[in-house]
Amino acid sequence: MPQVENRRAQKRRSPSRLGEWALIAIVVLYAAGLLLAPLIAIVWGSLAEGLSAFAREMTSPDAISSLKLTMEMAVAATAINTLFGVCIAWVLVRDNFWGRRILNGLVDMPFAVSPVIAGFMLILLFGRTGWFTPLTDALGIKVVFALPGILLATVFISLPFVIREVAPVLSHVSIEQEDAAFTIGASRLLTFWHVTLPAIRWGLLYGVSLTFARAVGEIGAVLVVSGGVSRLTETSTLFIFRSLDDRNYVGANAMAVLLAAISFVILLVIELLKKRTEQTQTV
Amino acid sequence: MSAHPNLNAMKPIASARASLPWGKWGLRGTAFLYLGFMVALPLSAILQNGFSDGLAAFRSDIVNPTAFAALRLTIITAVIVTAVNAVMGTLTAYVLVRFRFPGKGLLNTVIDMPFAIPTLVTGVMLVALYGPQRTLGAWLNSHGVQVIFATPGIVLALLVITYPFVIRTVQPVLMEAERGQEEAAYTLGASGWTTFRHVVLPTITPAIVTGSLLSFARALGEFGSIVVVAGNIPGMTLTAPVYIYGQIESQNQRGASAMSILLLALSFTLIVTVEWLQGRNRSNYASG
Repeated sequence: MPQVENRRAQKRRSPSRLGEWALIAIVVLYAAGLLLAPLIAIVWGSLAEGLSAFAREMTSPDAISSLKLTMEMAVAATAINTLFGVCIAWVLVRDNFWGRRILNGLVDMPFAVSPVIAGFMLILLFGRTGWFTPLTDALGIKVVFALPGILLATVFISLPFVIREVAPVLSHVSIEQEDAAFTIGASRLLTFWHVTLPAIRWGLLYGVSLTFARAVGEIGAVLVVSGGVSRLTETSTLFIFRSLDDRNYVGANAMAVLLAAISFVILLVIELLKKRTEQTQTV
Repeated sequence: MSAHPNLNAMKPIASARASLPWGKWGLRGTAFLYLGFMVALPLSAILQNGFSDGLAAFRSDIVNPTAFAALRLTIITAVIVTAVNAVMGTLTAYVLVRFRFPGKGLLNTVIDMPFAIPTLVTGVMLVALYGPQRTLGAWLNSHGVQVIFATPGIVLALLVITYPFVIRTVQPVLMEAERGQEEAAYTLGASGWTTFRHVVLPTITPAIVTGSLLSFARALGEFGSIVVVAGNIPGMTLTAPVYIYGQIESQNQRGASAMSILLLALSFTLIVTVEWLQGRNRSNYASG
């Protein structure tokens, strides 16, 4: 009997080990087929056109100016959302008042709104018959179909990231330290700079990189707001969109590969930061 | 303050904070103004525009055949994708947390790719692989399967975009789950599947639901990848967000608003449900 038991146990173990490898194989194949195969296809495709074609497309004035605009918009939107994001995260975590839940709900809205709708909302506010058009006209500012509109759209769609990454880390930071600094006479700003900020820095950087990645890659909102009229308001994703329309597939693919490469760098930064935040949270 | 010396002694923090009320009010005000201007105001503009000609007009904007077909396509594809994600996302999270295998770290990184890569680029990549002029696309075409400019392309694009959601909500819960019960079930002779169904699954179900709802909400609004792969044929492969884009381009603002309001209401309900679920989980953890 004990022998039989033993054999049964062995039998049970070997198929379960097999089952384990089967599950691993399913997952690896699924992820590779879904995520890596298209990536390889596009890199392969642009290499097939030759590196010189890639270089030619990427050094065209349109491509360069679109890349420049994308970077400017992404940096500006990230800066704005970092500044306000930290403020809002602080208010949500440390402050208790009427309306906190409403604020909390509003923060999530940009994730619930389709990017096309986000762009459309700006048209309704600043477009030809928009609510604020009389005001902006009087001030001589063009918002929609111009750079301010693109910036507003980018800020909107990337708004929640910093808040959602900083808030949980901030709630782990002990108030005692802040108060200690405060009690020995440090000003609020000094306390924030020397006590709070170092404690939240990895979470903050994580949120900043997510914001930047989202800002670089936005198309729906920016497409609606830019109106696709002028090449002066063309970001890199809009460049791809127009190239596809013009059947300039080499250009579209080349820019797509470049943006994918940029996102990969951001992704690696994000992975590193994630490890750091996990470490600081467990300590 | 001086009337409650005990309270003061207990809460030196509060008194220290109260000494600079303008700072606190300044921050509160900033938060309200920023979110009010950036989020609340634009949302109210859409509501006002959609209902500007009354409910009957709103209704006729939605029941027109093209709009209705677009909404149906969006919801059907989102449901399919969410179902696949619930299964494959849970499986992926389980494999990542419970098993050791070479390349695990790489897989864990690759899963975040859809969060980093622009959705439009995802669309272009899918065309590069499945486009009718490409090797794989042509082969599939000759076997009667059209991916690009058809519904399978939409589903595929959504699967790529929403793959991380369920994984990233289930993973942390699985990591924190007690393995004792699982091992006990194994030792008592339960098969791997039985153990999973009766021990693991009940623990991670709320996380699966949360991740699925998030991926559903994301799928409802997706534009960048779909506009490239779908072909956008009205009544056939035109999704709701692409429909909205078309209405904006053809200056039909009210039609665009009506569809936007419907999509917003749907995803808002989903987000509120997710918040509620997460709040409930948190209080469960706190009491347990």
